[in-house]
Amino acid sequence: MTANVWLFIAQLATIAVILVLVYRPLGDYMAMVFTSPKNLRVERGFYRLIGVNAASEQSWPAYLRSILAFSAVGILVVYAMQRVQEILPYSLGLPATSEHLSFNTAISFVTNTNWQSYSPDVTLGYTVQFAGLAVQNFVSAAVGIAVAVALVRGFAYKRSGTIGNFWVDMTRSTLRILLPFSVLAAIILLAGGVIQNFSGFQDVSTIAGGSATIPGGPVASQEAIKLLGTNGGGFFNANSAHPFENPTPWTNMVQILLMLVIPFALPRTFGRMVGDNRQGLAIAGTMATLFAVSVSLMTWAELHGAGTAPQLAGAAMEGKEDRFGIIGSTIFGTTSTITSTGAVNSMHDSFTSLGGGMAMLNIMLGELAPGGVGSGLYGILMIAIIAVFVAGLMVGRTPEYLGKKIGAREMKLASLYILATPTLVLAGTALSFAIPAVRSDVTSTSIWNPGLHGFTEVLYAFTSAANNNGSAFAGLTANTPWFNTALGVAMLLGRFLPIVFVLALAGSLAKQDRVPVTNGTLPTHRPQFVVLLLGVIVIVTALTYFPVLALGPLAEGLL
Amino acid sequence: MSTISGQFRHTWTAIRALAILTVVLGIIFPLAITAIGQVAFPAQANGSLVKVDGKVVGSSLIGQSWVDADGNALPEWFQSRPSAAGDGYDGGASSGSNYGPENPDLIQAIKDRQAAISASDGVSVAQIPADAVTASGSGLDPHISPAYALLQVDRVAKARGLDAADVKSLVESKIQGRDLGYLGEPTVNVLQLNIALSTLK
Repeated sequence: MTANVWLFIAQLATIAVILVLVYRPLGDYMAMVFTSPKNLRVERGFYRLIGVNAASEQSWPAYLRSILAFSAVGILVVYAMQRVQEILPYSLGLPATSEHLSFNTAISFVTNTNWQSYSPDVTLGYTVQFAGLAVQNFVSAAVGIAVAVALVRGFAYKRSGTIGNFWVDMTRSTLRILLPFSVLAAIILLAGGVIQNFSGFQDVSTIAGGSATIPGGPVASQEAIKLLGTNGGGFFNANSAHPFENPTPWTNMVQILLMLVIPFALPRTFGRMVGDNRQGLAIAGTMATLFAVSVSLMTWAELHGAGTAPQLAGAAMEGKEDRFGIIGSTIFGTTSTITSTGAVNSMHDSFTSLGGGMAMLNIMLGELAPGGVGSGLYGILMIAIIAVFVAGLMVGRTPEYLGKKIGAREMKLASLYILATPTLVLAGTALSFAIPAVRSDVTSTSIWNPGLHGFTEVLYAFTSAANNNGSAFAGLTANTPWFNTALGVAMLLGRFLPIVFVLALAGSLAKQDRVPVTNGTLPTHRPQFVVLLLGVIVIVTALTYFPVLALGPLAEGLL
Repeated sequence: MSTISGQFRHTWTAIRALAILTVVLGIIFPLAITAIGQVAFPAQANGSLVKVDGKVVGSSLIGQSWVDADGNALPEWFQSRPSAAGDGYDGGASSGSNYGPENPDLIQAIKDRQAAISASDGVSVAQIPADAVTASGSGLDPHISPAYALLQVDRVAKARGLDAADVKSLVESKIQGRDLGYLGEPTVNVLQLNIALSTLK
């Protein structure tokens, strides 16, 4: 056990050191990307082709309409590609997917969720994967970053009617951040053994006289953006547990870092753009604290290995790969659920009750430690607004954050933001059991594990979908009309309702002037604010989800 | 009126943007990575294939089952972990079992596997490591723990009429340590071990 503690600390320290080293240069680089008046030549050509004037900024409703139009077109294209899959090149002889599965998958990849109701090995050909899904892996991540940057501009601008230009933000996120880093990441993964070919399935005779199937595919290119864009959709069913997606312990560490690097550097971008780096540091500090606590709890739960099956086997190794071991699995599992990635290198359904519960709790916290690319930053800034308001109520100060007054309109939008996803999670779970016809389908067809664990599978599915995570208690058979439709709606509303509230808030903040700092201003860069912010995050989540957690993982783990 | 034409303009921009980005991100990017992979890392990009006498017999990254046509474990080969991929180690259907920690089917499966190993290898249940009786996440785990490999030495040596000490030292030579000394866990690659075993006299 002591050896495990040291191995855990050494791996966590590696992550911390690399993120600290990258924080400043990457954060400053991204700030430059979004504030520079210069366009690259290739970008100027692109703007001309799509008919956009890069110099003109948009009001928040126009910014939102651009996002919605871009996402709607994306959903239609990915839907159509799946429906005509058999006539596309490299379809591997696979037929078109059903209407409800195509609906679900199209929404899933456009909303940066990457929930997979299907098993990719036997459902999707190469063209749908690389020309449909992987494109959305890039641009859905770019949308997330754009929305975060628009909110930051709300704080940075004074008396402005605009919050930036979506097309410029999306293009720069893609071409200056996501694409170059993905090329680099893909090359590193290739060196580690991730495959990149168009060979299809290859059958070979083994030395024991049997046969074996070796899959192929353009995996490395998809793997890089799957992690860097906190998307999470695997090329193969087993996702990052598959040796062709994640072959070694060191590629596992690389994958963990790819998920964390942009979301952890964005607070620096934020601090830089509002002209006070300490503000960014306070946000990053909050994220880091929450991450460290969460990963320690999950690792403890899995090493402890409570539960009948783990005790009988001697360790919680069901669903885990030998090369990663328990620690490599829990650090990946925490990273994937506390960002919005949802990739898995071990099967969360087979985790101990409390370990699997931690994965779900990470998502319920709102995925903001550090959260998805962009969505993590705008998520935690919405909670920071609530924290400032709570502090204001306690000491009788007028709430303000970064020189912007937090009035009735701002609080309404922040409240709607924190209510939107829990409503989808709880309503979706409740309806799955409340509608009689659905209930019998859910319990007889979809649920895999009996008892409380089966309930947790459904709760996890809606938690994952509404928060755009995409991981699953994968025993659940989600490829049914009910789950494909209900989870599709949850993903859609769980992505775009919060974006509406964030952009509306950005618009109303940008309009305000900046009030000067006085003795009465609550400092939001000190450790006290970090503690307050952590407290608000925990209280909001606990009040919302404790009852339903008690029905699932807590009951299973404690009884 | 202006909103409707405005929305039309947004949509037309979106269509053109997605079309161009699909070419760049969906076609040029994966083809460029394929070219880099095939030129700079051809062995890895094509699946880390393992050859014996010039014939491909598998991938060092994809686990295989070592059973006869009826699914019975072949005692003369080191056995892989249990697998939930298809009927076991189906490279076309990667999957974990997704059994929860209290699932009675999993509990029964662990008991059955322990009994089978105990009988075939003549060890007590307490000596059997966890990875020997649990299915991996991918169902294609190419590795077993050093403990599970060492446990199988006597059975394999007996089935092949080899000296147990020779087989044991072969296993020990095939143990891979943690990456950089602290990442992951020590493992033994079953395919590479069995290939080396087949040349042992």
